[in-house]
Amino acid sequence: MSRIQSVFESLKQRGRKALIPFITAGDPNPNTTVPLMHAIAEMGADIIEVGVPFSDPMADGPTIQRSSERALKHGVTLHHVLDMVTEFRTKNSSTPIVLMGYGNPIEAMGWERFAKGCAHAGVDGVLTVDFPPEESHEAFSFLHRCDIDPIFLLAPTTSDARIEQVAKLARGYVYYVSLRGVTGAGNLDLAAIADKIPRIRQYINLPIGVGFGIRDVGTANAVSKLCDGVVIGSRIVQEIENSAEECVISNVSGLVKEFSLAIN
Amino acid sequence: MQLKLPHLSMRLKTVAYNYPDKTGHFGPYGGTYVAETLMGALDELRVAYENYSVDSEFQAELAYELKHYVGRPSPIYYARQWSKRLGGAQIYLKREDLNHTGAHKINNTVGQALLAKRMNKFRVIAETGAGQHGVATASVAARYGMECVVYMGTEDIKRQATNVYRMKLLGATVVPVSSGSKTLKDALNEAMRDWVTNIENTFYIIGTVAGPHPYPMMVRDFNSVVSKECITQMPEMIGRQPDMVIACVGGGSNAMGIFHSYIDAPGVQLVGVEAAGTGIEGNQHAAALTAGRPGVLHGNRTYLLQDKNGQIIETHSVSAGLDYPGVGPEHAWLKDSGRAQYVAIEDSEALQAFHDLCHHEGIIPALESSHALAYAAKIAPTMGQDKILLVNLSGRGDKDMATVARISNIEL
Repeated sequence: MSRIQSVFESLKQRGRKALIPFITAGDPNPNTTVPLMHAIAEMGADIIEVGVPFSDPMADGPTIQRSSERALKHGVTLHHVLDMVTEFRTKNSSTPIVLMGYGNPIEAMGWERFAKGCAHAGVDGVLTVDFPPEESHEAFSFLHRCDIDPIFLLAPTTSDARIEQVAKLARGYVYYVSLRGVTGAGNLDLAAIADKIPRIRQYINLPIGVGFGIRDVGTANAVSKLCDGVVIGSRIVQEIENSAEECVISNVSGLVKEFSLAIN
Repeated sequence: MQLKLPHLSMRLKTVAYNYPDKTGHFGPYGGTYVAETLMGALDELRVAYENYSVDSEFQAELAYELKHYVGRPSPIYYARQWSKRLGGAQIYLKREDLNHTGAHKINNTVGQALLAKRMNKFRVIAETGAGQHGVATASVAARYGMECVVYMGTEDIKRQATNVYRMKLLGATVVPVSSGSKTLKDALNEAMRDWVTNIENTFYIIGTVAGPHPYPMMVRDFNSVVSKECITQMPEMIGRQPDMVIACVGGGSNAMGIFHSYIDAPGVQLVGVEAAGTGIEGNQHAAALTAGRPGVLHGNRTYLLQDKNGQIIETHSVSAGLDYPGVGPEHAWLKDSGRAQYVAIEDSEALQAFHDLCHHEGIIPALESSHALAYAAKIAPTMGQDKILLVNLSGRGDKDMATVARISNIEL
């Protein structure tokens, strides 16, 4: 059983929902990332999504774009990100790590090399924002071969036919985008989520995480009742941005703890 | 070789150029590399375009608008004096600079706006670099009573103040984009974000042959009116087709426009001219096909200027319209398949051609088009006087007055 699968299994047995925080690797600086991952894992992060910085993050809002720019200023590359996961794994072998980002840095490394690098580092899943299932068969065959779970996005506008298509490729969990917009926007519609989740479950027998636009503990609580996991991205990245560098770890862990309590 | 045998021409027909495939791929390039949040809207657009591209009423309205609003067909002009001075091949110019709003861009915005109208989307958005596509979008939005929002990098806003004012006069809202390199690529990112947020009522009018399927195909189709005209105008004018067709390539829409009908014409060489900035060996250029390598950006797989880690690098060109790190995927395919050749021209060479056309022909070309002219000036003297070059004069230079004056140390 994969690490992601066993986390969801164990949460299910305890009647709990997964808290999935997102941080960008190398934000606010490369030295903070691994200690920050340990800290949030301790405070209740069940899975950690680690953003791979990219120069042109089209699907993200300004908050996550700025975090990417901060990381790139420090020269953070995909190689560094894999090194960070390797380092994290020396002290934590249970919290699943999902890399989230755009395809081009992976293309530059080569998919085969990337998949092997992920397996070696202890990465559990990969979400490539701009690779929909139509374009992913060849690339993701490398991930499958290395037992890395490809995580896919589903949107309010995703048709049933497309959900079926995603079902064939997705593993680990699927990530439902809770609004029409970019990450961090503020127009989340609970009724629409409640309506869509059962339709996804008709086709996909994987846990469903919901994210994009979950900015406060109240919303996180409400969303968690509808799905299996809640992804908190921009709100956490904003906390990193607003904290003095020496306070990032304590402030962000405090926030993760609040969200963890709120959804369970 | 003349291909007059019926069975041969039939065989040629069966292998006629027919890209992209159904999923928007030009060989390994193109495709639909976008977040799931956009897939629904792209599907809707693809279906609408498939329907209306063969709808006679739509085509008739488009033809009417191109004739009466844009001013088509644009003439072909024989640059007699300039050709004589260069002392080689004869240079003919397709006068897209004479179109309403001053460039080829309006061919596409008219088409997409008519499509938006039929899809009941009355808010249009666009990205712009030089401002030509922004102006062309603002114009058609005014013409068809649509709300218009144009995203433009703050660097480009500085370089193209007049076009910013033109867009505002036409009723558009110009949104400054200060992320990343503050140029065209960042404006495109921002427009995509707007689209994904306002997908219900908004149509995104992309200005070049890039982006996710169906944009590269659709924008090419709307601009291919240029080569459809050339292919009848040239024989009328000189009794034959040109030996070489030359166009500048940023994203590549004017080039695809003038190449498209010639792709299946044997013996017509196609040359795309990229911006070499201050030199192709340095990092101050925008020549993705000449100096880049394939990758994925802005919805499609194509040649990109990127570092070894796959981060997109900042580009430079004296012309804002060529200042883009990618290129339309069809150009990537035409390059790899060998059907077209791509070269690069430096800022200084483009400026020389700009001044030469002003002096010898009384035509002020856009700095973008000046790259194509510069290549023509370079190649013409190496060819016989019986050879014919057809250059896409894709835009007029009025918008570049401030830039050229600044470079020439002249205060206006």
